[in-house]
Amino acid sequence: MSDGRALLEVEGLRRVFDVSKPWLNRVIEGHRQQFLHAVDDVSFAIPAGRTFALVGESGSGKSTIARIIVGLIAPSAGTIRFDGADIARIKNPSEMRQIRRRFQMIFQDPYASLNPRMRVADIIAEPIRAFGLLGDTAAVQHRVGELLALVRLDPRDGLKYPHEFSGGQRQRVAIARALAGNPQFLVCDEPTSALDVSVQAQILNLMRDLQEQFGLTYLFISHNLAVVRHMASEVGVLYLGRLVEVATTHELFSAPRHPYTRMLLDAVPDLAMTGRVRTPVQGEIPSPIDRPQGCHFHPRCDVAKDRCRTEAPAARSIGAATVRCHTPLGA
Amino acid sequence: MAEAPLLSVKDLVVEFPTRRGLVLRAVDGVSFELRQGEVLGLVGESGAGKSITGAAVIGLLEPPGRIAGGEVRLKGERIDQLDRGAMRRVRGGRIGMVFQDPLTSLNPLYTVGQQLVETIQTHLPLSPAQARQRAVDLLVEVGIPAAERRIDSYPHEFSGGMRQRVIIALALAAEPELVIADEPTTALDVSVQAQVIAVLKRLCREKNMAIILITHDMGVIAELAHRVAVMYAGRIVEIGPVRDVVKAPRHPYTRGLMGSIPDPAAEADRLTQIPGAMPRLNAIPSGCAFNPRCASVLDRCRRERPSARVVGSSEVACWLDDEQLRRSDLQAVVAR
Repeated sequence: MSDGRALLEVEGLRRVFDVSKPWLNRVIEGHRQQFLHAVDDVSFAIPAGRTFALVGESGSGKSTIARIIVGLIAPSAGTIRFDGADIARIKNPSEMRQIRRRFQMIFQDPYASLNPRMRVADIIAEPIRAFGLLGDTAAVQHRVGELLALVRLDPRDGLKYPHEFSGGQRQRVAIARALAGNPQFLVCDEPTSALDVSVQAQILNLMRDLQEQFGLTYLFISHNLAVVRHMASEVGVLYLGRLVEVATTHELFSAPRHPYTRMLLDAVPDLAMTGRVRTPVQGEIPSPIDRPQGCHFHPRCDVAKDRCRTEAPAARSIGAATVRCHTPLGA
Repeated sequence: MAEAPLLSVKDLVVEFPTRRGLVLRAVDGVSFELRQGEVLGLVGESGAGKSITGAAVIGLLEPPGRIAGGEVRLKGERIDQLDRGAMRRVRGGRIGMVFQDPLTSLNPLYTVGQQLVETIQTHLPLSPAQARQRAVDLLVEVGIPAAERRIDSYPHEFSGGMRQRVIIALALAAEPELVIADEPTTALDVSVQAQVIAVLKRLCREKNMAIILITHDMGVIAELAHRVAVMYAGRIVEIGPVRDVVKAPRHPYTRGLMGSIPDPAAEADRLTQIPGAMPRLNAIPSGCAFNPRCASVLDRCRRERPSARVVGSSEVACWLDDEQLRRSDLQAVVAR
């Protein structure tokens, strides 16, 4: 389904955090260095105008990937190409600013991501001023009014402070700020998980409208599979830092290939009350510091073979899906 | 009903006086009944009053909150007027509790076993050895592997899902007839949530224990509850068998709420959107609290508050007539 050219390409992305005890403790107590592999050889591409979702449970590395892409964390290895340009290789600051303007991030917690001491109009105007997009104050004011209307807020709301808004309204402000620099690409890290469902519906609808209106490309990060199904055209499933399956949304939800994907889908509450038969969830997610050998999922997998315990499966294509599994389902 | 219900809550009103002399009504005339072994879901968005209702039932309202009206009866006996000591014996003894956050409900300085034994000995006349054995049995019951060994671990040595199981074991310590579970799976990952739901389901069946399940997640309700009460601005707008409320909601708010949930089993183009937000407690509209957001609003809704009436197998508090409430194409909320 990826007919358009890729706006964002991530290849072999890796991030290792050193979580060792301090040197002195290691020497005295005889501990070894410890590393947390938050992101381990992750590759995917997002075509322009589409939504790619990353799903996974706590500790799967989804937020780390988001932060690496927008440049909040440096990758340990791998490349990120935005519109053909390798972001990590850009040394020229003015060129970097040009690229930076074109991607923005929406954070999970609208209570923490807006400065409580700034008026909403100033919060939204900040990217416009920082990138020097508009010269005079009147033009900036006009643009802020436009942006507020775009996210269905009253232009007069610009005079208020963040605490005067509800969670959903704050998330609208955060979206308006993200759109201020006319970006092409938005990284949305759990944008609705702090909101009530009826408010979540408002924000999800708004995000889809804006995507249509401006041809935006989204990287959508969520733990909520129903939301992902609603928003994404393609989905990547993360487990302990590895992308275990990438497929179109339809494909992934109708015929999951990786046993972990199936387990995750079976764990979603059955809202339609179909009473369908589901495999109970086995075991628990292991610590990302001490991941199992071979395929990380093998201790919880009911189709695991000897090979899964020793050898990490490489990514391979089955139909339109890419799966990291020695014994994929339905193959 | 011939047999007295296990729990009956009638016209419960909870008020919070403010320093400015204003009195806020967080719960306003809530009534429901619960039979033995029944799971009742209390569902609603933030500020609907669902947690306050749960806290009022077990006498854990934080001051200055107080029960300003109505009554709570456990097997016919009023428990909303008990003194602190008597309420303490009911709480934990006959009514257990499970809170949302599994980390803050356990004391980090004591082992899981010490906390379990303390709770057991508070409510049951057992020797230390017997209490410890019971603690191990409880841990086995909630599905903690190697319970014999894990009982001497501290809470931080357990994962989130295992901690929530410990909390459930604590709630079960004195074999309560009723457990009030306030967002028991909200802090958990979906795979862990599925496991905790399975544990609660099994316990409910095996012990014939009733549960009041407070949550904002309709999915969890659909999995676990027999009946569900939908709350809005401190009132119950609809209460009925879970299948009816989930699949054929009557009240315009319930319809909007159900439509706004993305369906994990289907692709939909657009989610139903309820305009606006739940009113603040100091600005609850007169008449039906939902009237400013309702697309089928009548004149009467702005003036008079609807009381609950039976519609099919449910009870609905709405001024629309039966025929309108039964229509599947009722315009509950504006599409955008």
